[in-house]
Amino acid sequence: MTEKILARASGKAAVRPGENVWVNVDTLMTHDVCGPGTIGIFEREFGACAKVWDRDKVVIIPDHYIFTADDKCHRNVDILRRFVREQGLPHYYDVGSPRYKGVCHVALAQEGHCRPGEVLFGTDSHTCTAGAFNQFATGIGNTDAAFILGTGKLLVKVPPTMRFVFDGEFPPYLMAKDVILHLIGEIGVDGGTYKAMEFGGEAIQRLSMEERMTLCNMVIEGGGKNGIIEADDVTFDYVRARTRKAFEPVTPDADAAHVFVKRWNARTIEPTVAKPHSPDKRAAARELEDVKLTRAYIGSCTGGKLTDFVSAARVMRGRKVAVKTFLVPATTEISQSIRTETLDGKTLLAIFEEAGCTVSMDASCAACLGGPADTFGRINGPEVCISTTNRNFPGRMGSKEGQVYLASPYTVAASAIRGRITDPREFLA
Amino acid sequence: MSANTIRGKVYVLGDNIDTDQIIPAQYLNLVPTIPDEYEKLGSYALCGVLDAAAYVPEGRTKTPYAIIVAGRNFGCGSSREHAPIAIGAAGGRAVVAESYARIFFRNCVATGELYPMETPTRLVGEFVVGDEAEIDLDASTITNLRSGAVMPLAPLGDARPVIDAGGLFEYARRTGMIAPTAHPDVREAVPVNRVVED
Repeated sequence: MTEKILARASGKAAVRPGENVWVNVDTLMTHDVCGPGTIGIFEREFGACAKVWDRDKVVIIPDHYIFTADDKCHRNVDILRRFVREQGLPHYYDVGSPRYKGVCHVALAQEGHCRPGEVLFGTDSHTCTAGAFNQFATGIGNTDAAFILGTGKLLVKVPPTMRFVFDGEFPPYLMAKDVILHLIGEIGVDGGTYKAMEFGGEAIQRLSMEERMTLCNMVIEGGGKNGIIEADDVTFDYVRARTRKAFEPVTPDADAAHVFVKRWNARTIEPTVAKPHSPDKRAAARELEDVKLTRAYIGSCTGGKLTDFVSAARVMRGRKVAVKTFLVPATTEISQSIRTETLDGKTLLAIFEEAGCTVSMDASCAACLGGPADTFGRINGPEVCISTTNRNFPGRMGSKEGQVYLASPYTVAASAIRGRITDPREFLA
Repeated sequence: MSANTIRGKVYVLGDNIDTDQIIPAQYLNLVPTIPDEYEKLGSYALCGVLDAAAYVPEGRTKTPYAIIVAGRNFGCGSSREHAPIAIGAAGGRAVVAESYARIFFRNCVATGELYPMETPTRLVGEFVVGDEAEIDLDASTITNLRSGAVMPLAPLGDARPVIDAGGLFEYARRTGMIAPTAHPDVREAVPVNRVVED
């Protein structure tokens, strides 16, 4: 499927893995951390008066360092604002305005910028999230992004495809996060380097869009260039509710060539955790029940979507957390839903507050990547944290002294209640 | 940066040195295209690495180590171009690793900040921090000047002239892919035969 999208985008009948092709870009996304540097290069290289190649194809979503007193962070958003004004860009989601959204990868989808069959580049490694929508989506640096801003094109090496098939149905206590952690444990943090990771099988087709996004979101933690899933009615319903733009999905060929095909019986996968300090240090949650925690965290593009909060609430309702537990929704749409969605007649927000969680309504990347010292939920000392986020390399959530365990929202919620790592199955009976 | 050899002191690291260790996220408020912030990024290069001697000494902006020798998957994690830039701004000139994360490798080439050399065998055990070494880009070798051992590197191929030129834009200008000077009408990038890795 990846080859078909790149062939179409480069105006060729077919492309082969390893071939270098110039692709026409459908969407370029940037944010407050890499946008200012990208704009700096664009203006230096193309001239201060240069215009972007296509205003309708540039999406700018500030999301990383928003709720902080740091002056440079505010200066960086000002650079975005100035550029948007000068260029007349329509797809800008400004901080402090009703258009503010939050985490770019989730906001892109919610605002209709993710469409099957298209090519999306973003100055963020988790841009691969959008592969859930059957598009080629990957992260790039500022220089490549500046090149796209000026030309609308980028040179891409066509990746070979690894295909992962999940037969049957995932058990009800399992989430996409468990699946991707299991898979990264199998291939390692560099097992997918330079490769496309394609997901298929009946169990994948049964997943919601948000869960498919979680799966594709973390292909970068396996080193993957992009993740991709076939589009179906679940995809079309989501996309058509958010955009009127036409799109053309691609489908996998029965005789497509793959690096390998790995198959699992979906039933056999267990609640999975990645231990410090690497996403491929895999263990079953039940093997880690002697690990004592000092905090829990639910948020980010990986684990801060509505499904993630509904799942956490299913575990937390009527219970109390035993460690400091921080919750931050990925986007403002999700913040709103936490206030209005109910479980057994109670809003998700009420369930979390009664459980003793600290809930921020300021949607952003927050402490997933540490950030400025005053970031909500940031690890500032030798904390032992279980988190729904995507990386646990040393210092990822702040202090180098911190230890981060990655897990699904079910496992994080169950662990927060016990104060030690806990298999969520007993809470979901 | 078009000399054939890179000579300097060596800094040694292990596997999976990710972008948060190369430049911790709290410093991403610095914009690399602003000159004094570029320098500042250099002062923080590799300050997130656990249990290692400082790459850039406290209170300084430059490193004594021009060459980094590391294991597998160097630069994994984020797409932040701040990572190769921080090492380059500190005075690092080359990384010698068994393998690289894709985006980091590409960012090294696009910015022209660093030569990301691949090694066919693991070289982490062949160096100690502070060893003097010389990389020969034409011969694709690295020599440990303390032990005298000469070890092969994988040739950089098409990536080398891009880094030699100082990055993607300068390379594109020199090879006629884009107009020689910045011009507001430049819109079309034309493919040439020599292409950038990835």
